[in-house]
Amino acid sequence: MLDSPAGEPPRDELVQLLDPAGTRTEHPLYEPYVADATGERLLSLYEDMVVVRRLDVEATALQRQGELGLWPPLLGQEAAQVGSARALRDDDFVFPSYRENGVAYCRGVEPRDLLRVWRGTSQSGWDPYAVSMATPAIVIGAQTLHAVGYAVGCRRDGVDTAAVTYFGDGATTQGDVNEAMVFAASFAAPVVFFCQNNHWAISEPVGLQAQRPIAERAPGFGIPSVRVDGNDVLAVLAVTRWALERAHRGDGPTFIEAVTYRMGPHTTSDDPTRYVDPLQREEWAGKDPIARLEAYLRAQGVLTEQAEARVAARADEVAAAFRAGCTSLPQPAPLSIFDHVYAEPHAGLDRQRSQQAAYLRSIGEVAE
Amino acid sequence: MTELTLAKALGSGLRRALADDDRVVLMGEDIGALGGVFRVTDGLQREFGHDRVMDMPLAESGIIGMAVGLAFRGFRPVCEIQFDGFIYPAFDQIVAQVAKLHYRTSGSVRMPLTIRVPYGGGIGAVEHHSESPEAYFAHTAGLRVVTCSTPQDAHTMLRQAIACDDPVVFFEPKRRYWTKGKVDETVLDEPGRAEPMGRARVVVEGSDVTIVAYGPLVATAIDAAVAASDEGVSIEVVDLRSLAPLDLDTIEASVRRTGRLVIVHEAQQSGGLGAEIAASITDRCFLHLEAAPARVTGFDTPYPSARAEEHFLPDLDRILDAVDRVLGRANALTGWSQR
Repeated sequence: MLDSPAGEPPRDELVQLLDPAGTRTEHPLYEPYVADATGERLLSLYEDMVVVRRLDVEATALQRQGELGLWPPLLGQEAAQVGSARALRDDDFVFPSYRENGVAYCRGVEPRDLLRVWRGTSQSGWDPYAVSMATPAIVIGAQTLHAVGYAVGCRRDGVDTAAVTYFGDGATTQGDVNEAMVFAASFAAPVVFFCQNNHWAISEPVGLQAQRPIAERAPGFGIPSVRVDGNDVLAVLAVTRWALERAHRGDGPTFIEAVTYRMGPHTTSDDPTRYVDPLQREEWAGKDPIARLEAYLRAQGVLTEQAEARVAARADEVAAAFRAGCTSLPQPAPLSIFDHVYAEPHAGLDRQRSQQAAYLRSIGEVAE
Repeated sequence: MTELTLAKALGSGLRRALADDDRVVLMGEDIGALGGVFRVTDGLQREFGHDRVMDMPLAESGIIGMAVGLAFRGFRPVCEIQFDGFIYPAFDQIVAQVAKLHYRTSGSVRMPLTIRVPYGGGIGAVEHHSESPEAYFAHTAGLRVVTCSTPQDAHTMLRQAIACDDPVVFFEPKRRYWTKGKVDETVLDEPGRAEPMGRARVVVEGSDVTIVAYGPLVATAIDAAVAASDEGVSIEVVDLRSLAPLDLDTIEASVRRTGRLVIVHEAQQSGGLGAEIAASITDRCFLHLEAAPARVTGFDTPYPSARAEEHFLPDLDRILDAVDRVLGRANALTGWSQR
């Protein structure tokens, strides 16, 4: 079973192109996939990661200030999200979980739209077809099957579009994810399974979900897999491009395990001090995805003071708009709760809507 | 007009749907070479190919979840769940994804899935093969739930379900699969000739008692109407057809004429559709009712083993007993309640 562009490296090997100190390492198999990632392109990956982290920190603050009901931070996972998202073509379709705000940003979702769900003004922040990205699935792993169906549909339509689905280490236990892998293999679906192994399913360590590296499972389903350093944006970009190339070419599904670490809580409601070993967290802090690219870019002379200032200004600008956008999100109109339940008229619901409208009018509320 | 069994009428409905719209795909276990365990899809894979009539790996959640992705891509999947009791592994995908995606995405993503489910008892099957899970789905916003009682409705309603832009859970009364009847396959060719999928139908007119039934028990309710007429009681039978939305207007109009309501279904009583209909009709027709609505249903037990199912399923006598009750006549149940 193929699990890399050629040959079969040991499965516990992590594909890495940039080590934690920011030293560029060579990988004979994946090098061609990042041949273009130099200079300004690297800088733009860096900028994406800085902006995504800034948005994440800002959203966490907004939650603490009572502006959001909840927020699922992605701190520490910037490379996994930006590296994979930047490998996608515009027409490739993403089926995410709820933590892929960095992916959504890279897909072109307006930052304030990331907040709609968490502020509670709507159930979805964006039109999936506008950015080729479905809205977050909160039920763990449900979206992986949707990606397989979409991918099979792409084949039926005779296009080489791929579907990419994001999920965490915890999701790999779910039946749906395992069913998705069976179905993807059975129908040679052009789908990329992108598992962000961030080591935690809320408080449960990855060891409770997996006794062996997660990437080892996929070959058992007949799906090639690769394990990548998820904090190395270059390596993530490379392996995702490789997996997408397989999908676009008609070679079927691929499984990527991006080994990363959730540096913050599961959501803002969680208290990781109850279960995270501070030493482990500290160890992972030393593998920070942004710091290592920064070190490399500095050494390369790409990240000049001027470039750094530009990136910082961009992050400030996005963050300010994000914050202003959050508080300006419109309150849903009372009767909007009845909208879009059905695509066609529904007698029972129509009756409830008109009764509620009459009630609202009777107490002097505007019924819209 | 051709004479078809209900199962064949469903098959001919699927054939027409596949021929009319190349975005329609059938998905299910054993639906290809075998033609389905009830042969509803017999011959369709041969006719339309493996890409349109897909034999699926054995995972119900997988079938529905994959259909969601196909719908995202603009297809109209028709999923077959092999038996009622096997739908539960797919419950999450149906109620949390299929039912909600249109709402969740403010209308941008359509979920025109049809989920076909052979349901109900009376065929002497083993456990998990005789259940009536319709209330779970009728309780879920975003889903339409329908069932049919005649070959014509089976054919027409299935095509309407597939053409509908909303997800439809289509319950097929499996003990009526072999019921024969005339089927006009041209009924949808001109607008207005077929009844809308969501409308109930008065199938027997009467003046003393309204019996509301659906799916497998419509035939039993009609038998009860015939039997009651021998005793001089005039029963009106309403075939509900759609369980969500409920066509309460048709039931209300009937109850306003008869003043008495008996609701019949195989599913367990508590929290069932009978309760919903009784409450809604009481609300609408309180001053027109001569008696409290009565329910004749399965009991709040698991579906029993085959040799005991006749004690579980509503039959002619239990329906007539309920008719007596709403007419204020002495009968077994009122007798008990007086003790």
